[in-house]
Amino acid sequence: MTETMPTALIAEDEPLLAEALRAELARAWPELRILAMVGDGVSAVARSLALEPDVVFFDIRMPGQSGLEAAAALADAWPDARPFPALVFVTAYDQYAVEAFDAQAVDYLLKPVEPARLQRTVERLRGLLSTRDQGQHGFEGTLARLRQLLAQAPAATAAVPEPLTVIQAGVGDGIRLVPVDQVLCFEAADKYVRVLTENRGFLIRTPLKELLPRLDASVFWQVHRGTVVRAAAIERVLRDDTGKLSLVLRGRGERLPVSRLYAHRFKPM
Amino acid sequence: MVRYLSSSSALHGFLTAVGNTLIALGLTLFGDRPFGENFVYSQSIGLSIWALIEVGRRLLIKDWDTQSHRLALIVPPGAAAGFLLGMLAGDAALGRPALAFWATQPRRTLGFLALSLVIGAAVTYFFMSRERLAALRERESAAQRLAAESRLKLLEAQLEPHMLFNTLANLRALIGMDPARAQQMLDRLIAYLRATLDASRSTTHPLAMEFDRLRDYLELMAIRMGPRLAYALRLPPELAQQPVPALLLQPLVENSVLHGLEPKIEGGTVVVAARREGSDIVLEVSDTGVGLPTADDAGARGGAGFGLGQVRERLLTLYGPSSAVELLPARPQGARATVRFPSTP
Repeated sequence: MTETMPTALIAEDEPLLAEALRAELARAWPELRILAMVGDGVSAVARSLALEPDVVFFDIRMPGQSGLEAAAALADAWPDARPFPALVFVTAYDQYAVEAFDAQAVDYLLKPVEPARLQRTVERLRGLLSTRDQGQHGFEGTLARLRQLLAQAPAATAAVPEPLTVIQAGVGDGIRLVPVDQVLCFEAADKYVRVLTENRGFLIRTPLKELLPRLDASVFWQVHRGTVVRAAAIERVLRDDTGKLSLVLRGRGERLPVSRLYAHRFKPM
Repeated sequence: MVRYLSSSSALHGFLTAVGNTLIALGLTLFGDRPFGENFVYSQSIGLSIWALIEVGRRLLIKDWDTQSHRLALIVPPGAAAGFLLGMLAGDAALGRPALAFWATQPRRTLGFLALSLVIGAAVTYFFMSRERLAALRERESAAQRLAAESRLKLLEAQLEPHMLFNTLANLRALIGMDPARAQQMLDRLIAYLRATLDASRSTTHPLAMEFDRLRDYLELMAIRMGPRLAYALRLPPELAQQPVPALLLQPLVENSVLHGLEPKIEGGTVVVAARREGSDIVLEVSDTGVGLPTADDAGARGGAGFGLGQVRERLLTLYGPSSAVELLPARPQGARATVRFPSTP
């Protein structure tokens, strides 16, 4: 990998800023090849998977999916055999994000991008790429950091929320009360969240992001971007040929995929 | 407010007692009775009258602006009843048969009653004006505090760091690529910042100027968002000089861009239009963005959302309840905010 030219992908929704970053990178890192520039998180994931760049620059605020969410989705879908790209986040002003990046030692750039700051980032990336072939444990570290960043993002803005005890689901023209104690799984589905009990399913409109901080994290485990399950209700965790994990809940047939971000929870004791 | 009233009552009671003492001194100097006797009657009559009037106006006058005429119903009976009560109390205190003075000297008693009415009315008038003035000052300072708060909120929203730094980053990029366009963008930014600072001093300006400032903002955002943002401003020439509160529509246009178009991958269009409907001016900000969360969430979000709440508050202060703002889903997609207010305040 190190003999070939390093490659990068830029995900930035403001065209002038994408162009400016490309120009600054051309000065600071002449041998870097920009494979693609995309304007939203979903395309960033798709194009990165297709092009396998060495570095991905993620703008934090993008339409569709934030830079952080896109990075997590990319980590989740990334093929095991290939080295995961180095990530650099770019933000204009985001106090919480910047504090979190500093705390997690995640590389980030502030807009407008200062040449001197960019030069330091480039030096770091060069060092990272030259040692990358020696092992995969760098990826584990990246996963842990992304997990931390994703967990911190909503908590930074919301006040301490009240714990959830009863789910109120609209059924026909009435409301059905479902004790949280009976819930086995919350699953995001389009605009709704599906709430599964042992023998029933309900749809509610409160997004998973708002439910999560109100659930006891030791009882309910997040196993995927859109899935939170009751840990005690997990019967089996299965690994397929590609190494991907999925789990089966006691008393229910569905197989729920486990994201790589949260796979660290499932290891034989 | 409650604390202020009770402390003013204590003060007024004390002032009444001082006045009573002065009256007793006057009666002693110019009359034939000893000071002690005058003091007892003067205090018991004066304080009774004051207490009755105080209780009466507490019960009957809740709002000085509309109910102060009720004093005419409170003061004369209050003073007369207080006089009678005070006489009885004084007699009891000095161990005399009830109303002995009245029986022996009816003419002087009537003179004292008349005097009590006059003094009671004068003192009440003095106390009431003091309280009215204090209430007025309190209301004024509350209004000023509210205005200052809303100015600060407006400033904070307009000078939102994310918007500012992103714009500066674009400007920095343009300087290298297209200096002429960079200069134009800088001019827009300067006009935008100037308008923001001026509007925070809460003035009105013609609708034509309002649309110019919206154009500055939309042009800045169009440079940033590229082809993802299209916009149209529709101002009929006959409404150009119509005065509006400065930057009234700014938060609504910003909502359309930030919450309607920015989250949408392909972007969309913002349209700002003005029209006259009877004696009303109707301003509309519509977009083709992601729309409001759901039909029944729209009301809740619209009411609580900073932009809409602020516009509603400004309209209410300037035009009263005849103004209205509403945020509704637009067809086939997006959201539409409608502002309505009388063309003459």
